Amino acid sequence: MWKVWQYSAYDLLRSRWTYIYFAFFLIVSFSLLRMSSSLMMAVVSLVNIVNILIPLIGTIFGAIYFYNSREFMELLISQPLKRRSLFLGHYLGLASSLAGSFLLGMGIPFVFFRIWQSDQFGNFLSLMFTGILLTFIFVGIAYLIALLNDNKVKGFGIAIVVWLFMVVLYDGLFILLLVAFEDYPLEKFSLAASFLNPVDLSRIFVMLKLDIAALMGYTGAVFSKFLGSSNGIFLSVALMLIWIFVPLLAYLRIARKKDF
Amino acid sequence: MIKIENITKKFGRLDVLKGIDLEISPGKITAILGPNGSGKSTLIKSVLGMVIPDSGNISIDGVSVLGDWKYRNKISYLPQIASFPENLTVKNLIRMLKDIRQQPANESFLISLFKIEEFLDKRIKHLSGGTRQKVNLLLACMFNNPIIILDEPTTGLDPVSVVNLKNLIRQQKEEGTTIIFTTHIMSLVDDLADEIVFLLEGNIHYQGTKEQLKEKNKSKDLELAIANMLVEKKEIKLDSKPFRYVESLAI
Repeated sequence: MWKVWQYSAYDLLRSRWTYIYFAFFLIVSFSLLRMSSSLMMAVVSLVNIVNILIPLIGTIFGAIYFYNSREFMELLISQPLKRRSLFLGHYLGLASSLAGSFLLGMGIPFVFFRIWQSDQFGNFLSLMFTGILLTFIFVGIAYLIALLNDNKVKGFGIAIVVWLFMVVLYDGLFILLLVAFEDYPLEKFSLAASFLNPVDLSRIFVMLKLDIAALMGYTGAVFSKFLGSSNGIFLSVALMLIWIFVPLLAYLRIARKKDF
Repeated sequence: MIKIENITKKFGRLDVLKGIDLEISPGKITAILGPNGSGKSTLIKSVLGMVIPDSGNISIDGVSVLGDWKYRNKISYLPQIASFPENLTVKNLIRMLKDIRQQPANESFLISLFKIEEFLDKRIKHLSGGTRQKVNLLLACMFNNPIIILDEPTTGLDPVSVVNLKNLIRQQKEEGTTIIFTTHIMSLVDDLADEIVFLLEGNIHYQGTKEQLKEKNKSKDLELAIANMLVEKKEIKLDSKPFRYVESLAI
């Protein structure tokens, strides 16, 4: 597994897209830090960028990279390697490269602004942590979609729809349902509904950590009310980890029986 | 010896292999032939564990290989399409496969045979199709394995490289390697193959030596012998214009 990981990561390390992704975060993070009045404001602004952009790049780049590597994976399957090691190594190669670009791109400007001396250090670390979790979640989802769909156009289509659904449509549908059923108690429903969206979980996690009631949104407030801040933080991280493992295990299970 | 017993495989509603029984003799060159879609690649990929058969068994030297992966260190494989991570260099790829297989390799001989010295430090994305195929061949043949499986080995190669490849295959045979290849080029079969397996619609239509095939179909030319065999099957009369039919049968 580590050999496949090593060479996939090495291939990506030499890809210009990895550097473009890194440069994007570097510029955005640096600009926001320069323009915001406080470090906290910069962190809050970056939460939205992380929650929208990381799922987008994870899904699109994940699907592209998987489809581009398909024939190469065929060659690797013919080698004395366990399928699980090969597919896991390939996934980790991409997810760790993207996470690395994000960590460095986002982190360097904060280091420049001496984040470790600020009271926002913990919040900054939460933002980084959630960014990494989202990368692993969405690369896993993209790999699963690409493995299930040999037709590239269909695979890309589904990947984009999944991103659009989780980042944009989900909130809209959620609000519609809340309005439609406003006469009923909806706390438990909304709590359960937010489990089903990793982007929501990531937002709730950072907002609970930042402890900004106004920005928590309905689900964040419910989380905070029902579970308290620390339980809410713990539960949201646990659920995000489940969001990594469920698609990943499904991907590995399907890969074991797949014909190439 | 590779023993294939009653292998079946369906892709959706399509029956690709319909109960193939085959024994591949050790130390010989076997050509697997057949029209497009006859199941050649599926059969080869089943032996390699890339396609998982619906039923039947495959064993190498008496040991069943289905569900196993370690046996693949006895097999070298040349895939039909040469596609590698674009940003790796040829040297990176050689090192990677040596790392994965942990076997001694004789890459320097093949590098000079296929004249790829000047491309060693180039990234794969900057190589032409023919050079990629040479790299593909280098990666497949650099390990000294008892079984070599080549899927369309001459695709994109220049005539000099084809001659070198033929010599390489003959040399490997002399060293006792079992070689299996698929191709649509009959002259390659005529030059190299000891045995022919002809697949048609998921079944073995013919298995035997090329001499027997020529004799059976009353032709000195292998291409015509195969065409005659197909024509017989499809009940088409060749008459005096065999090549038109040969073309339309897309062997």
